[in-house]
Amino acid sequence: MYVAVKGGETAILNSYRLLAEQRRGDLAIAELSVEQISQQLRLAVDRVMTEGSVYDPELAALAIKQSAGDLVEAIFLLRAYRATLPRLAYTETIDTGRMVLSRRVSATFKDLPGGQLLGPTYDYTQRLLDFSLLATGVHPGPDTLCAASASASAPLEAAPRVIDLLNHEGLVEEQAVPEGDPEPFDLTRQPLRFPADRSARLQNLARADEGFLLAMAYSTQRGYAESHPFVGEIRFGTVELCLVPEELGFEISLGDIAVTECQMVNQFKGSHTEPPQFTRGYGLAFGHSERKAMAMSLVDRALRAQELGEEVTAPAQMPEFVMSHSDSLESSGFVQHLKLPHYVDFQSELELVRKMRKAMAQQDKGAQPKEEEGPHA
Amino acid sequence: MRDLHIHFAYLDERTKRMIRRAILKAVAIPGYQVPFGSREMPLPYGWGTGGIQVTASIIGTDDLLKVIDQGSDDTVNAVNIRRFFQRTTGVEVTTDTTAASIIQTRHRIPETPLREGQILVYQVPVPEPMQHLEPLEVETRKLHALQEYGLMHVNLYEDLAHFGQIATTYDYPVLVNGRYIMAPSPIPKFDNPKMHMNPALQLFGAGREKRIYAVPPYTSVESLGFEDHPFSIQRWEQPCGICGARDSFLDEVITDDQGGRRSSADIARSVT
Repeated sequence: MYVAVKGGETAILNSYRLLAEQRRGDLAIAELSVEQISQQLRLAVDRVMTEGSVYDPELAALAIKQSAGDLVEAIFLLRAYRATLPRLAYTETIDTGRMVLSRRVSATFKDLPGGQLLGPTYDYTQRLLDFSLLATGVHPGPDTLCAASASASAPLEAAPRVIDLLNHEGLVEEQAVPEGDPEPFDLTRQPLRFPADRSARLQNLARADEGFLLAMAYSTQRGYAESHPFVGEIRFGTVELCLVPEELGFEISLGDIAVTECQMVNQFKGSHTEPPQFTRGYGLAFGHSERKAMAMSLVDRALRAQELGEEVTAPAQMPEFVMSHSDSLESSGFVQHLKLPHYVDFQSELELVRKMRKAMAQQDKGAQPKEEEGPHA
Repeated sequence: MRDLHIHFAYLDERTKRMIRRAILKAVAIPGYQVPFGSREMPLPYGWGTGGIQVTASIIGTDDLLKVIDQGSDDTVNAVNIRRFFQRTTGVEVTTDTTAASIIQTRHRIPETPLREGQILVYQVPVPEPMQHLEPLEVETRKLHALQEYGLMHVNLYEDLAHFGQIATTYDYPVLVNGRYIMAPSPIPKFDNPKMHMNPALQLFGAGREKRIYAVPPYTSVESLGFEDHPFSIQRWEQPCGICGARDSFLDEVITDDQGGRRSSADIARSVT
């Protein structure tokens, strides 16, 4: 007798084994270590930490290794790991104005206090495959003799944020701390509901899939939203993370984390109550994640359309559209659940389609129009 | 069997308590969707995480668990979810509907009648029955609050006008306790009548959409319809090709390369 496809436990165990083999690849090739991933695939680690909402380069590298480089899968692994961790305390707000900078650029001012600092970036590389990297194990690494590198490695003074400089003139909107400085909405503990406040929005965007966010941001530049953005500033570096334990009552330092911050300034024509000024969009990501931080700041600003009295016409301006579809765990899970069996639903549809076809055929046969049959006949 | 490195039923106790509170609220307001702080589970969203979280928060060491998908105990995902609970709780599992204390299901209600004391946990992909008509949650929430269900009835009426019949065959909307319209999850409408006045507690978990809702025992569950076009369930012309059943939901099985097929009673019935 024919047996419908069913997956027994043995089949699942076999699938695990095949997956492990495929992940490891050719045994003659040395195994990749977690340290190698966190050192040499740094940007992948940063993305996984950002969207995985865990600042832990080692665990992010482990997730990347376990997922064979599928970053969305790695993000899933890290999120599932963090989901049941206890929430012990909230840290103090980080001060990016005191960031130890590795990179800082502004598109709005040529020269500014603290200067422009290119730092490590692919921005000015010519995208030609570097075949010298093919020679594994013998590559000498960076050219340590280069004269510039000595000065480039020296730590830099903290520089004020561009947005704060503009603020002195009142040209940029203030984003004051809300009254009473309420605890922020916690997306990892509470369900997202609409209308969502700014803290929920920024958390959602920070965890959002980079590809989705990038496309949403891009759409605002192509007419699907009112947008005239300038990069006020992008900065990447480390900031100190502090905590005030209740039982101590004073601040202790937990260490430094690397973050990328983007402040986008947008023209705003003003309203009846507000004078013309620049509005802001904000982006923040763990590690070095400029594409993500920039996309986030554009979408953050676009989502404020209603708040600023702009006409809402495009998807990137619609909070429910953006925030309900931004999470890669949700979208990847639900799109891929279509692989699961749907025999029963499909069977129900088959039965309906056959019934409707039969009714149509009968109608065609006896279709000498005596009296038109209404739907309720 | 149980992996002692993992907390009992995976979730920490605080999370379980939060979910139980949501369940209690859901039971108190039959058919109302209670938002809850759904967690990322080690299985993907859309693959039963809502049902898994509900089961994880109610399961105890003396429970007897049954897991089905499409009415079958041995489809891949059912096997995987059952393995998850065996690994994290060590509880006994069964394929026997009458013996189970908790039955987690996707897309079917067991054909063996349930009894008092049993809990049926549904995995729900889309908890909002009006989402395909009105995607904004802000709006559908209002419609529920005002019991303004015209949208739903117009949708069913349009089916009648276009096709002469209601073209929804699964996830067929129901009115619970005369108050809330509810998505029964993608069970075939064939199963809808089983929800009505069922002696078992029916819990619905939507992990991705972060909602829990419930139908308490002996609660009225009415499938929507019109006086002149009452709700009706699927019927088959032939009986089951294997056991001859005429009262079962029939699955079709393709038997040769030319698309030949035979119908068989669903496993939900045959395993009992």
